[in-house]
Amino acid sequence: MLPAPFEYHAPRSVDEALDLLDQFGDDGKVLAGGQSLIPLLKLRFASPGHLIDINKIKELDFIEERDGTLRIGPLFRHKAAERSSLLASRYHVMADAAPQIADPIIRNRGTIAGSVAHADPSGDWGTVLLALDADLVLRSKKGSRTVKARDFFSGPFSTALEPTEILSEIRVPAPKAMTGGSYLKLERKVGDFATVAVAVHLQMDDGKVGSAGIGLTAVGPQNLKAEKAEASLKGARLDDATIKQAAALAAEAADPKADQRGSVEYKRNVVRVFTERGLKRAYERARGGG
Amino acid sequence: MGQPITVTVNGEKKSAEVEPRLLLVHFLREKLRLTGTHIGCDTTHCGACTVLVDGIPVKSCTMLAVQADGQQVTTVEALAAGGTLHPIQAAFKQEHGLQCGFCTPGMMLTSIALLEEKKNPTDDEIRWALSGNICRCTGYMNIVKAVKSAAAQMNAAAAVPAEAAAARS
Repeated sequence: MLPAPFEYHAPRSVDEALDLLDQFGDDGKVLAGGQSLIPLLKLRFASPGHLIDINKIKELDFIEERDGTLRIGPLFRHKAAERSSLLASRYHVMADAAPQIADPIIRNRGTIAGSVAHADPSGDWGTVLLALDADLVLRSKKGSRTVKARDFFSGPFSTALEPTEILSEIRVPAPKAMTGGSYLKLERKVGDFATVAVAVHLQMDDGKVGSAGIGLTAVGPQNLKAEKAEASLKGARLDDATIKQAAALAAEAADPKADQRGSVEYKRNVVRVFTERGLKRAYERARGGG
Repeated sequence: MGQPITVTVNGEKKSAEVEPRLLLVHFLREKLRLTGTHIGCDTTHCGACTVLVDGIPVKSCTMLAVQADGQQVTTVEALAAGGTLHPIQAAFKQEHGLQCGFCTPGMMLTSIALLEEKKNPTDDEIRWALSGNICRCTGYMNIVKAVKSAAAQMNAAAAVPAEAAAARS
């Protein structure tokens, strides 16, 4: 399968890329890892007139923790996330999710930011960022703006990103003491999209939940943030009753469709079970275990 | 609307004018006539088209040829340089790591990248590394055996010069 014809641009600097995006508007599309976009082009679900390949802009491949914030650049690939000792030691949700993205060969090329900008409701990273309450920096020729992950997704494959903008940085608040997380994913086989996945991020404060983030994958028109479940945890002691209640609320927040991967009831039940397990795992990690 | 590119394929510089929409796999198979790289699913699932780009396994149906400009591409044709089988090829043959052989080029290239990184991978590590390469014949048992056997061969071959150097000193 061949994509429809397009013109190819490989800018060497961010400014050059932004100029091109500004010039082509709706007819331009950023190419990062290409592991979602190239299949879409081949299936002719997308046929932009201009592809702006950012892979030659090496400065966009970064991860750093600075001033209490983790910053991730647009070319930071899944494989690098999988191998990052920084993520493994302090960002459990991300470290859990990274090796569960697609398959190892796809992870060699695909990027976190590309996956987020693609906004597949079955994508994993958006859910992770919702649980972590991340900020997304959207940059165009005219300047930058910052959008909360929860305000970024607006529907299947739809986001707040304007055609002239690039998702230039993902910002995650650095974890405080007593923080833990988990990402649990059910898939039929390696490389398949999630049947259901649940991201949990937990920060404990003096024996009680300081803050909780819960994200849901593949059970709605976009990655979901289970806000009622999160609110039910805040300030509570994490006992079995609290965990059960939060899991029930997360299952209620899910809005799955029946398909070959399972029925509505089944998927909702997996959300409930994964939220329970995820909270327990996150709690254990917050206390310094596993 | 051709775009000039120069790609080093199996150690040789290849220059061509290509349409930007041309996929790397088509560049290899149709422009360079290197048909050892197979097209399986054409939808980024099966890994049959895996080649190494700057040493890293990539599904060549999911990369544009223009993106490989200035990079090094290794295909299965490079493995038996000079007519001698690469240890991974010899091991796949010896251990019956294939039946129909369609997935084998991709399997071997992914395995080579794994063995570059891990000299003695466990069964689990091999299965994990190969989980983006699908085989519908073997059930994978003999593929895992072949990769282990190749690792042992390559380690033994690497040890010989090291021993010789130790003997000299």
